[in-house]
Amino acid sequence: MSTLGLYLPGSSPLHRLPAGAKLAAMLAVGVGSIFLDRYWSVGPAIALVLSGFAVAGIPFRTALRQVRPLVWIAGFVAAFHVVVNGWERAFVVVGVIAMLVLLASLVTLTTRTTDMVDAVVRACRPLRVVRVDPERIGLLLALSIRSVPVVVGLAEEVRDAQRARGLTASPRAFAVPLIVRSLRHADALGDALVARGVDD
Amino acid sequence: MIEVEGVTHIYGEAANERVVLNEVNVTLDEPRIGVIGANGSGKSTFVRLINGLVVPTRGKVRVDGRDTTEDGREIRRRVGFCFTDPDAQIVMPTVREDIAFGLRRRGLSKAEVAARVGSALETYALEDHADHPAHLLSGGQKQLLALASVLVTEPDTLVLDEPTTLLDLRNAAKVSALVRTLDQQVILVNHHLDLLNDFDRVIVFDDTLLVFDGSAPEATDFYRRLMA
Repeated sequence: MSTLGLYLPGSSPLHRLPAGAKLAAMLAVGVGSIFLDRYWSVGPAIALVLSGFAVAGIPFRTALRQVRPLVWIAGFVAAFHVVVNGWERAFVVVGVIAMLVLLASLVTLTTRTTDMVDAVVRACRPLRVVRVDPERIGLLLALSIRSVPVVVGLAEEVRDAQRARGLTASPRAFAVPLIVRSLRHADALGDALVARGVDD
Repeated sequence: MIEVEGVTHIYGEAANERVVLNEVNVTLDEPRIGVIGANGSGKSTFVRLINGLVVPTRGKVRVDGRDTTEDGREIRRRVGFCFTDPDAQIVMPTVREDIAFGLRRRGLSKAEVAARVGSALETYALEDHADHPAHLLSGGQKQLLALASVLVTEPDTLVLDEPTTLLDLRNAAKVSALVRTLDQQVILVNHHLDLLNDFDRVIVFDDTLLVFDGSAPEATDFYRRLMA
C-alpha cells in the first residue's frame, strides 16, 4: 500500500486515462482553484476529488494518508487566517490546499511515473528552441518522485541515531546529518546516473 | 579486454592532493576477476576507472581498445556497473520502471522495452514486485533489482563494487550464485573472500598499489597474510 503517493496498479477508468490528460486536468483545476473563494464551494470540490479515489478503487484511508503530512502546516495557515481574515477564509484556504494535494495524489497514484515523465517530455518539446532538454526535465521529475522515500528513510535513520544517543529534541542534530546524508546520496546517485548512461 | 597502463589517480589539488592509485599496470581478459584490498587501498577507484566513472590523472585505461578518457559514453554502454548501496542506484520509483530506465534511454521501441523488462523480471524473480515501490523491497531484492537494471542492457562486462557488503549471508549467496551464471566478463570487488574461490584471477590492492596478481587461492592467502 502506498503511503507516499506512488503508483498503485489498477484498471479503473482513471488508471486508463492518458497521463497527459490527467496532468492537464490537474493544471486546470490548480489554476481554477483561485475562483474557489466561498466556504460552501470547498466541500463539494473535496467531495468531487474523493469520488475520484472511489472510482480508482483506492481506499479512503489511503486518501487520508496523503493529506496527513499537511496537518501542521494546515494548522498554522488556518490559525493565521482565523486571526487575520476570519474563519471562512481559513476554511477556504486550508480546504483548497487539501483538495489540490488530494488531486495531485490521485494523479500520481493512478499514473505510472514513466507515463507521467513521457507526458511532461512531450509537453516540454517546444522548449528545445530555447535549448532546454525535455528529457532532462522528465528525468528531474522522476528523480524527485523517487527521492521522496529515500529522504524519508534517511530522516528516520537520523532520528533513530539521535534517539540512540539521547539527543531527542535537537533540531540542529537532526538537520545537519540529514543534509549531509542527503548530499552524499545525491553524489552517489549522480555516479549511478553516469554509470547507467545519463552522461550528457 | 581491459588494459590499464601506468595509471595513477589523484584526488584534490595542490596541497590537498591525495594519491589513491599509483602506477598500476594490468591487463584483464579472464571471464571472472576478483579485486580485494583493505578500505582505502584504491580498489574502488580502480574499478571506477574501468567504465570511465573516474578518468586517470596519468596513464591510460582501454576497454576493447577504446580509451575511457575519450570514449566514456560508448564504454559505459559496454561496461555495466553495480554499486554497494542499491538505494543509490535505483533511480525510478517502481521495480518495472527502474529496469526499463536504461533501455528507454537507448531508444528502443516500447514493445521491445516491455518484452525485455518482462523477461528480466522473470529471470531475477522480481515479477511479483513489478509495480511495487522500489524502496519497499528488502535489501537483497534491491540488490537484485540493481543487478537486473544493469544486466537488462546486456553489457559485455559487469563491474560489481562490493555488491554483498550490505547483505546478509543468504542474500549474499543469492547474488553470488547469480553472478556465477552470467555470460559476461565479471570484475568483482569483495570482502567476502569465499565468494572469489572459483574466480579465474584475483588482484590485491594495498595502499594505492597493485601488490598481488594471481590465482584465487594464492591471492586470498596473500591477502590474509597481508592483513594479519
